[in-house]
Amino acid sequence: MTTFLAFGEARDGELRNLSFETIAAAKQIDENAEVVGVVLADQNTENLANDMIQYGADRAVVVEHDDLKEYTSDAYTQAAMAVIEEEDPDGIVMGHTSAGKDLSPRLANKLDSGLVSDITNVDGGEFVRPIYSGKAFEKKTVKDGLTFVTIRPNNIPPFEKDENRSGDVNTLEVDIKDIRTIIKDVVRKASEGVDLSEANIIVAGGRGVKSEEGFEPLYELADELGAAVGASRGACDAGYCDYSLQIGQTGKVVTPDLYIAVGISGAIQHLAGMSNSKVIVAINKDAEANIFNVADYGIVGDLFDVVPKLTEEIKAL
Amino acid sequence: MNIYVLMKKTFDTEEKIQISGGAIEEEGAEFIINPYDEYAIEEAINLRDEHGGEVTVVTVGDEDSEQQLRTALAMGADQAVLINTEDDVEDGDQYTTSTVISTYLKDKEVDLILAGNVAIDQASGQVGPRVADQLDMPYVTTITEISVDGEEVNIVRDVEGDEEKVQTSLPLLVTCQQGLNEPRYPSLPGIMKAKKKPLEELELDDLDLDEDDVEAKTETTDVFLPPEKEAGKVLEGETDEQVKELVSLLRSEAKVL
Repeated sequence: MTTFLAFGEARDGELRNLSFETIAAAKQIDENAEVVGVVLADQNTENLANDMIQYGADRAVVVEHDDLKEYTSDAYTQAAMAVIEEEDPDGIVMGHTSAGKDLSPRLANKLDSGLVSDITNVDGGEFVRPIYSGKAFEKKTVKDGLTFVTIRPNNIPPFEKDENRSGDVNTLEVDIKDIRTIIKDVVRKASEGVDLSEANIIVAGGRGVKSEEGFEPLYELADELGAAVGASRGACDAGYCDYSLQIGQTGKVVTPDLYIAVGISGAIQHLAGMSNSKVIVAINKDAEANIFNVADYGIVGDLFDVVPKLTEEIKAL
Repeated sequence: MNIYVLMKKTFDTEEKIQISGGAIEEEGAEFIINPYDEYAIEEAINLRDEHGGEVTVVTVGDEDSEQQLRTALAMGADQAVLINTEDDVEDGDQYTTSTVISTYLKDKEVDLILAGNVAIDQASGQVGPRVADQLDMPYVTTITEISVDGEEVNIVRDVEGDEEKVQTSLPLLVTCQQGLNEPRYPSLPGIMKAKKKPLEELELDDLDLDEDDVEAKTETTDVFLPPEKEAGKVLEGETDEQVKELVSLLRSEAKVL
């Protein structure tokens, strides 16, 4: 039987959704594999390990250490390598998140392995990933050795949670040392509200929103929908909102179930960040705006008229 | 300070993508410096102007890559190195590229390496961290600010929108994120000077590498375009009716509410 490691990612004592997506992805790659959930964190690892198991992992391995509170490449590499050496896996699945992007190439190098980054789909032994900012896709395979992939959040659906599921949790003691990058401070800008990269619904504003205050109706709609708020580069450049909200080629790449583009013209750089969303709604004054070419549903009209009415309509549901 | 910049040439962001024979058609396409690598070049030039030293821009590519290297020299880099793998490597991957680069760098005196955090074509983001690990050097990815004071380096990095302040030391590799700086356009005198700046061309042989040493660990089996999206439905009528219809469609047809 093959063994796959599915790496969870803890933040503020909880596992991010993509942790569970890694488990489902591992099973999709090899349905007969024993999937081992991995949790690296500074606290609460036993509970998080059980979450991994209830979402489909067969068992779990955890490393709990004070130096794993914030992600650093050195500390996480040592912890992850300890797990990998213990388990000698056939495959590794990680999230293509800030931490996963930073860590996975280094681990791949240490393991003398290939790495297929940012996959959105598993098709047999082949991995599908967007290239050229989503304007094309490629299928990749691993020639030999370890199957190591990172998955784009929100693309591979996790299994349903099964509260009755149980499995072994093994705690590894790791001596973490020689951390060469020290985190002095973290300024939270994006973490309030719903995480953009994991949001099921996103309401995004562009230049058409016209001002910082103009974003208010978007926030109200987002609140009603349980959505995250995003923005185009144009809106960020104009100072209407923080760059942490930017979606596009530079900025975040998102794949929500529903993307509501408000006052966004649809420049190609913006489409690169959102065109793979499952359903796209465009609200724009300009009937010729490019965003209507990728939208499933469009309303041509004044966003300051349409958006509050939409909020009211959702509220009435 | 000896500063190296890792650069890749990429498709112009505005290019339309076409497929021919299972690969992206490159014939006739415009190429540019990967936009994230431009941040790296700009920052390298600024750090050199502040602390002295030299900026060397390195690329793994083909003979056409000289154009992008000359642009980097015109921006203000001091010298360029083209590692031409055209004749030796058919289908390289990130293992290939990082092995070539780190083999080139391993006997150099390196204080700081800057790279883009991702290339807009293949978008794997692997080469920077792989090179750092091969050189046993610390690295910090997606930086938006850097200051160097002797050996000490203070960095602000973007972590999915949050700002993380990191302290580390040279030698170091960093990968650059949007927001780090505004890359300059080459000036006309810069372009004239660039023609005379040193540009060294190397092949695998010169690095004592052969094809087997850098053979890709992964393989691309297909390249395809996203499915053509059917034209969307633009709703008709008064705003109130449009909004009602939209909510109803999102519930019953799209099933996302």
